[in-house]
Amino acid sequence: MSATSHSPVFLHHNDLQQLLQILQHDGYTCIGPQVRDGVIHYDHIDTVEQLPRGYGQHQQPGHYQLEPAGHDRYFAWANGPQALKPWLFSPREALWQCQAGEDKLAFEQVAAEDDPLAVFGVRACDIAALYLHDKHFLQQTHRDPGYRSRRQNLLLVAVNCSHPAETCFCASTGDGPEVHYGHDLVLSELSEGFIVQAHTEKGLSILARLPAETASQSRIAAAQASSRAAAEQQGRRLPSQDLQAALFANLDHPRWEDIARRCLSCGNCTSVCPTCFCHREFDEPSLDGQTSTHYRQWDSCFNQGHSYIHGITLRAETRLRYRQWLTHKLGSWHQQYGRSGCVGCGRCISWCPVGIDLTAEASLICTGSEA
Amino acid sequence: MNSPYLPQEARIIERIEESPGLFTLRLHFTEPKRQEAYHFEPGQFNMLYLYGVGEIPISIVSDPKDEHIIDHTIRAVGRVSQAMSRLKTGQSIGLRGPFGRGWPLQTAEGRDVVVVTGGLGCAPVVSVINYIQHRRERFGKLNIVQGVKHSSDFIWKERYDHWRQMPDTTVLLAADRGDPIWPWHVGRVTDLFDQLDFDPANVSVMLCGPEGMMHVVARQMLERNVNENEIWLSMERNMQCAVGHCGHCQYGAHFICKNGPVFSYAELQPLFGQPGF
Repeated sequence: MSATSHSPVFLHHNDLQQLLQILQHDGYTCIGPQVRDGVIHYDHIDTVEQLPRGYGQHQQPGHYQLEPAGHDRYFAWANGPQALKPWLFSPREALWQCQAGEDKLAFEQVAAEDDPLAVFGVRACDIAALYLHDKHFLQQTHRDPGYRSRRQNLLLVAVNCSHPAETCFCASTGDGPEVHYGHDLVLSELSEGFIVQAHTEKGLSILARLPAETASQSRIAAAQASSRAAAEQQGRRLPSQDLQAALFANLDHPRWEDIARRCLSCGNCTSVCPTCFCHREFDEPSLDGQTSTHYRQWDSCFNQGHSYIHGITLRAETRLRYRQWLTHKLGSWHQQYGRSGCVGCGRCISWCPVGIDLTAEASLICTGSEA
Repeated sequence: MNSPYLPQEARIIERIEESPGLFTLRLHFTEPKRQEAYHFEPGQFNMLYLYGVGEIPISIVSDPKDEHIIDHTIRAVGRVSQAMSRLKTGQSIGLRGPFGRGWPLQTAEGRDVVVVTGGLGCAPVVSVINYIQHRRERFGKLNIVQGVKHSSDFIWKERYDHWRQMPDTTVLLAADRGDPIWPWHVGRVTDLFDQLDFDPANVSVMLCGPEGMMHVVARQMLERNVNENEIWLSMERNMQCAVGHCGHCQYGAHFICKNGPVFSYAELQPLFGQPGF
């Protein structure tokens, strides 16, 4: 895709609905952030009224609290537990069906849904994670048909993060808070509206239909300052270098045991992680016995069955499971996909029930001191 | 787009009871074109699907030259394999494959070959031995060492008797626990290593079986100055997709299903022998 050169435009808050309408008109099913069950959650939206306008949130290790922010911005919050991942890599998905006849079996692929999807409000960390899943599911010898059909029809309206959470560290991994690739349009929110930029031809065609004006230099400068501040605000950091050697040299570090005393092996971290890709496969036969559907569902390396092999569980202890997760996420990913499997979103820290902080643990194990 | 996850129907041409809890399914794709197009390398595996129950990875035992039959020898130990053991001749199962990287037979040409297996570990190397048998002149001395826990676990006696007749071939058998009519060694496979006949500078060693056994054998081979790039091991881990997607078989950065299951000792460093991976 050619980098589109155009002057950034300014879109008033009141005109955001028009952007949504253009996407709907172009045939996109629109997905956007909204408040549900006390968190910011991504699901179908019909109107911008559904967006979490005026909300902020407070996140700490093991803590997430949505709160009124005292302003009327749409995107002045950091990510909730999920955003883009479930829309591409489905939490549960039928892969194929088998019909049973008299000593006969007939297999049929289950077609993946391929409605064009437009996702509103995607952050830089989640786009980085999307690119990692592209490598995993699409750029290897075998490609995943379901992921592929959803990915092909995806349009992203990204947002530059202006209010990172206390648990965010995307600036240190190099993945945010500003969006640099992967999007069709990107919004930077100011108090009265958005600076909008297109990154693709599709994005440009949408932008051309917006009731927008050329953005003033002062507004562009304000948006840039907001991104800089969002980066500087981040207190946590993860060494950006390849930690593979450091982690694998410390497999017997006493800290693993210390973590295991706190870790519940619940798998929350892997569920909220935008790059975790493990999934298990299972059959669900119909009640009449005529058909069996083969599903896949998210799995976690913290589950007992993940390392099961003919009667043996290789990682029976929590210590070994956490070590598997961290050595993979921050180590083996480099060899597998050319970069760390961590994009700095901080979800695993906020959503860990006991508040285990990956940045602190990695730093302790690799360098001997907390970051 | 063709799904790498979709099995195809295969018919059980014959079911053989090898020993208690151990059975062989001889399979043939129902679709003739699929059978015609099917080729595999020794050491690769297939995913076998039992209707309504699930899939398991099973190595291929038959001769790669046999275009009609695909054999799998299975021990009934888990949820799927136990249910699969009740299948009969004429019934259908799902099959997809072959998957993974097999034994380095091209690079082993011109070299001595030592095959050491434990338990049912011999299944993935039977096709190697058959391969060498059909191209005997291309390989140096062949040593086949098989160990079992109990003498009653030993199967395929005729095969070993047959291999013993091949030129330049040594066949050695051991059982941890023997019985009065077990004619071979009682003890570990490594006890027999003094009887092996190979050139350490020009040998390919192929190991299959429990990891502890492979670890001990690999160490002994290294002590005999065999290069760590010439010691090959067939690895096993939980596998559900077989194409490097589901994540269960990861071993450090390797996906056992697609980068292996056969690896050199050097490739498995530094993790080999480390619990929890």
